Amino acid sequence: MNFVIPDVVPAIPEIFMLAMTCIVLLSGLFLQRRYPSLPYMLSLLALVGAVVLTVALYKHTTEITFHNSYIIDHIGSILKVTILGTCFFVFLYCRRYVADRNILNTEFYVLCLFSVLGMMVLVSAYSFISLYLGLEIFSLPLYALIALQRDAARSAEAAMKYFIMGAVASGMLLYGLSMIYGATKSVDIAVVSQVLTSVPASQNLILVFGLVFVVVGVAFKLGGAPFHMWVPDVYEGAPSAVTLFIATAPKIAAFAMAVRLLVDMMPLYQVEWQHMLIVVALVSMAIGNFVAIVQTNLKRMLAYSSIAHMGYMSLGLLSGNAQGYSAASFYIIVYTIMSLGAFGMVTILSGKGFEMETINDYKGLNSRNPWLAFIMLLLMFSMAGVPPIAGFFAKLGVIESLVEAHLVWLAVLALVFAIIGAYYYLRVVKVMYFDAPEHQSRIDTTSMDTRIAISANGLFILVLGIFPGIIFNLCKAAF
Amino acid sequence: MYNWLTDCVFYVAAALLVVSSLLVITSRNPVRSVLFLVLCFFCSSILWMLLEAEFLALVLIFVYVGAVMTLFLFVVMMLHIDLEKLKTNFVRYLPIGALIVLGMIGLMGYIIAPEHFSLLAPAHHGADYSNIKELGTALYTHYVYPFELAAVILIVAIISAISLAHRGPRGRKSQDVPSQLNIQRNDRVRLVDVPAEKKE
Repeated sequence: MNFVIPDVVPAIPEIFMLAMTCIVLLSGLFLQRRYPSLPYMLSLLALVGAVVLTVALYKHTTEITFHNSYIIDHIGSILKVTILGTCFFVFLYCRRYVADRNILNTEFYVLCLFSVLGMMVLVSAYSFISLYLGLEIFSLPLYALIALQRDAARSAEAAMKYFIMGAVASGMLLYGLSMIYGATKSVDIAVVSQVLTSVPASQNLILVFGLVFVVVGVAFKLGGAPFHMWVPDVYEGAPSAVTLFIATAPKIAAFAMAVRLLVDMMPLYQVEWQHMLIVVALVSMAIGNFVAIVQTNLKRMLAYSSIAHMGYMSLGLLSGNAQGYSAASFYIIVYTIMSLGAFGMVTILSGKGFEMETINDYKGLNSRNPWLAFIMLLLMFSMAGVPPIAGFFAKLGVIESLVEAHLVWLAVLALVFAIIGAYYYLRVVKVMYFDAPEHQSRIDTTSMDTRIAISANGLFILVLGIFPGIIFNLCKAAF
Repeated sequence: MYNWLTDCVFYVAAALLVVSSLLVITSRNPVRSVLFLVLCFFCSSILWMLLEAEFLALVLIFVYVGAVMTLFLFVVMMLHIDLEKLKTNFVRYLPIGALIVLGMIGLMGYIIAPEHFSLLAPAHHGADYSNIKELGTALYTHYVYPFELAAVILIVAIISAISLAHRGPRGRKSQDVPSQLNIQRNDRVRLVDVPAEKKE
């Protein structure tokens, strides 16, 4: 058997991440006594280094290596940089939170980095095996992260629920993939998509059957309804720093999985998965927006809002044209930046011994800290889709692609749900600006670096709204 | 080549596999469930043997039955789960559950029919064919990337398990000098007002 050593150059960012994660782990073990913030600094360094490597190795062509297991292409590079950047901000936001609570410091960063590594693998996966392994590498640390605050019973419950959801999702996905493998006899996405062009009619049924399970698995990972059941419980029960992480970066990874499995592998079955995604999108938008209205806990409200956002994002995917795919990727990136800011706000405002997680806690935030209240206002307006903030253009792009795909009725429904959804975002703004504060004390718990980070995050949303082309053109070039 | 003995073994093992996996989820005693799971693994290893995947069949018995299930049995015995409490709503949800399961089985029976897969029987190999050699070659060449990723999963699992279970060095009787120096009087001494009793 002749064996060609695969080209490892495209995978250097992943290799770097793995090496750095191990270094962080060892530094935490041996050097943390002397330099307490070393693991944190090294983690940030790992993320910056991985971004630099990903950008430096970017080429305009698509490259497949490791015997069809690994692909590096335009959309993959964009999503990887977004994931790494998101994790960078997550670390900035939650340094104090983690230090204040009984959470193991090094392990928190190490597990997050491993999860990021898994997401990078998943984004670049081009065979069922590497895709599934990437999925497991990114999910496994998340279960542990949620339970890392070990004395909190509700975190343990959230971890258990997230684990069961993840296990069911993996099971569904594997079952679907095994059906597709049975019909096409290949695990390589490139080969499968080629075989599908000449598949006999008798196997059609089995492929659709597999596709159903694949879509269910993807929807589970995206946290879309009707597979959302425990998502709000998990977001509420997890420590805010972990909620911040699981509400942002994994969504991009799940989106990448949807792109690889549906757009790259089964474009010929677009009609079939379009119907399934229409159901997911409609139910997600309905449940997300309606149930969020009655929530009193901000984390829980944002969880329902994330379900609704996943509905909007799938509208872009299901429209089935290049414009829709780029709109969906723009949407997922904007969503990540928005929820990074919103959950980040919850995390940095929670001080030692108290959590800022009910909406009532935000009463009169304007008089307690006007700048942070303004940033939160930007984020809430963006989530509601108020022009000229980025969330508006994200929704606009998705709806435009629906019209392009002659799904005007769906576009109208999406607009109706968006208007309903605006209510609960605006309620947070109302509480912050027009209600009397319950405590008069000024909030100055945040340190300089987190204040700069959250300001940059909020203002970026505004800048992105005024110049959406910065990222939109990148997404457009990908499809 | 038609071999009725092979067919016979297949059908017996497959039937036993289905029955034992049903018993895993229905038996009342968790220890019995684990034992039925062992039977499950044994039957599936027979199926693998019929496919001439000897190495995988043996590994399934050695690793899963020999190590994992033994561990499982320990855990189940030590935890002493009250299964009756878990099954309180069993009858309540049984009708709807049974309905869904029957629907699924019917659907799957219709779809996963052999004619929908254009399957051919795997080629038979001679006695000098080494299963392990082929597996090793494939694993370390073609599948080297997934192989390394699987290693990462193992590291992640180890780190996760330790960070969840490890609660700092407890058993040591080492002295923490800074905390000894920082101690306040109020942390150690508690003054209790004892109401004095009058002597008669």
